[in-house]
Amino acid sequence: MDQSPKIADIHKSIVKEQAAQERKRLMLNAGLLLLLLAAPFAIYPVFLMKILCFALFAVAFNLLFGFTGLLSFGHAAFLAAGGYTTGYLLSNYSGLSTELGIIAGTLAATFLGLGFALLSIRRQGIYFAMVTLALAQLVFFFFVQSEFTGGEDGMHGIPRGHLLGVIDLENNLNMYYFVLAVFIGCYLLVQRIVSSPYGQVLKAIKQNEPRAVSLGYNVDRYKVLAFVISAALAGLAGSMKSVVFQLASLNDAHWHMSGEVILMTLVGGMGTLLGPVIGATFVVNIEYHLSQGPLRDWVDPILGGVFVITVLAFRSGIVGEIQKFVRKNLG
Amino acid sequence: MSMIFGVPLAVLSGQLLIGIINGAFYALLSLGLAVIFGLLKIINFAHGAMYMLGAMVTVLMFNALGVNYWVALFMAPLLVGAFGVVIEYFLLRRIAGQDHIYSLLLTFGVALIIQGVLINWFGVSGLRYAMPDMFKGGINLGFMFMPYYRAWVIVAALLVCFGTWFVIEKTKLGAYLRAGTEDSQLMQGFGINVPLLISLTYGFGVALAAFAGVLAAPIYSVTPVMGSTTLIVVFAVVVIGGMGSIGGAIITGILMGVIEGLTKTFYPPASSAVIFLVMVLVLMFRPSGLFGKEA
Repeated sequence: MDQSPKIADIHKSIVKEQAAQERKRLMLNAGLLLLLLAAPFAIYPVFLMKILCFALFAVAFNLLFGFTGLLSFGHAAFLAAGGYTTGYLLSNYSGLSTELGIIAGTLAATFLGLGFALLSIRRQGIYFAMVTLALAQLVFFFFVQSEFTGGEDGMHGIPRGHLLGVIDLENNLNMYYFVLAVFIGCYLLVQRIVSSPYGQVLKAIKQNEPRAVSLGYNVDRYKVLAFVISAALAGLAGSMKSVVFQLASLNDAHWHMSGEVILMTLVGGMGTLLGPVIGATFVVNIEYHLSQGPLRDWVDPILGGVFVITVLAFRSGIVGEIQKFVRKNLG
Repeated sequence: MSMIFGVPLAVLSGQLLIGIINGAFYALLSLGLAVIFGLLKIINFAHGAMYMLGAMVTVLMFNALGVNYWVALFMAPLLVGAFGVVIEYFLLRRIAGQDHIYSLLLTFGVALIIQGVLINWFGVSGLRYAMPDMFKGGINLGFMFMPYYRAWVIVAALLVCFGTWFVIEKTKLGAYLRAGTEDSQLMQGFGINVPLLISLTYGFGVALAAFAGVLAAPIYSVTPVMGSTTLIVVFAVVVIGGMGSIGGAIITGILMGVIEGLTKTFYPPASSAVIFLVMVLVLMFRPSGLFGKEA
């Protein structure tokens, strides 16, 4: 008899704690938002947009790697598919408003993602990584051989055009707030996905796939959907990137790029929402600052070193380690 | 001149020969990957870098010390293999119990470091390595011209492949290896030094890549980036063959080289992509690979 009030109390305290955590997160997010809104007045907007594009790319990748446990080594293919499609349409159909070009790029990446997923989804772990890597290499060869991509030279002078036919995106500030809006929209979408029942199933698959199967979930379908969403968002990142820089090149399709997004996610903290954003900021900054200094030729080996150290010493990444620290000492 | 499907026989057989030679390299490289993966469950992303190191070491030893080809054929794999043991001991061992994905990421980082450092030292343009004198020239087989060195590459690669297969599948040492990875505690209970066995296996797998590198030095352009693109092709070969089997890796390697060579003859634009296309087909109809057990 005296058990029920206790349980009610415990329940209350859990709810309270969750509400407090939710408040904390909201405050953190609001602070970050203010920072991002003010940032272009302190930092060169194009550099910020570069970070946002890569952050979106990493967030997309993390949905698959961090939350579903599938390591794709082929995400560069989607980045490039988005970028090339958008670049081609905007360059060849003047008057096409920019957002339509970006949507088309995203769709192209989505379908490519579906193709990848159907071929690779039944493989697991490192097999999955190898299959996606090889498929992405196939896409890379396709882009090298195709006429419309400009081959080795890439696509130059892609017009930024007008958003909705009205807002001039040649203006860096306009462009920045557009990219920021898209980024925040996608971030919230991923947040929503991860906390939804669907996201819970993804996490369950990551933790113990056979058990998820035995609970009656059609695991393959969940994984395919996660892969397609991830590819779509990666394509969106590529589309925006090609508009921001007015350029799409083979660099985006190269497997180095697939490695880089893994590094961003891993360094920032895989399986956390903010991790990939922090990781992308970190990697883009490192690359930029190194390329300005005396170590400009040593970017690759230094990134390799960051890879090795991250895997050996802090696998949960920057955000993951901070979370651990907070939980241990403040919590 | 006799023609086959509209292609002169000499051209066809020439491309076939190139295909078989590329296939021999694929076989050696995928064999090394299969040994390391099959016994240690490590995907060695640094394999391409090790192949490159084998070729680089050969060239550098010749330029600095005048070390000749035959010595290099033993020394380069030995040095690179020792380097592999060091990497296994100081890096890979630390993540032994973790998800296999981490071994892939770790070796990817290692590959970036090795390749990046060498690019800084030597640039990306190819280094020259002179063909050993005894291999200059070739023999006319009637329908085609067979350079001696190419014949030697095929023989050497096949011998090493077969030897490796024999040791692992048919000897007591191979049985220890297989048992040690199956149940390392039990093997240790029998008094076998399993950690040492693992280090040596990694070193051996890497040495196979370096051996391929030495074979490649006189005929391919030796550059710090020679390994990275080759490695992705070899990954596709491994997926096609299926990861379980060592014999499968060898056969698939040669087969894929031949298919690549034939494509180069009949439809050149697809030659760099054909192996990946085969991979897609295999994944659709036989997902575990031609020789693989269901994973």
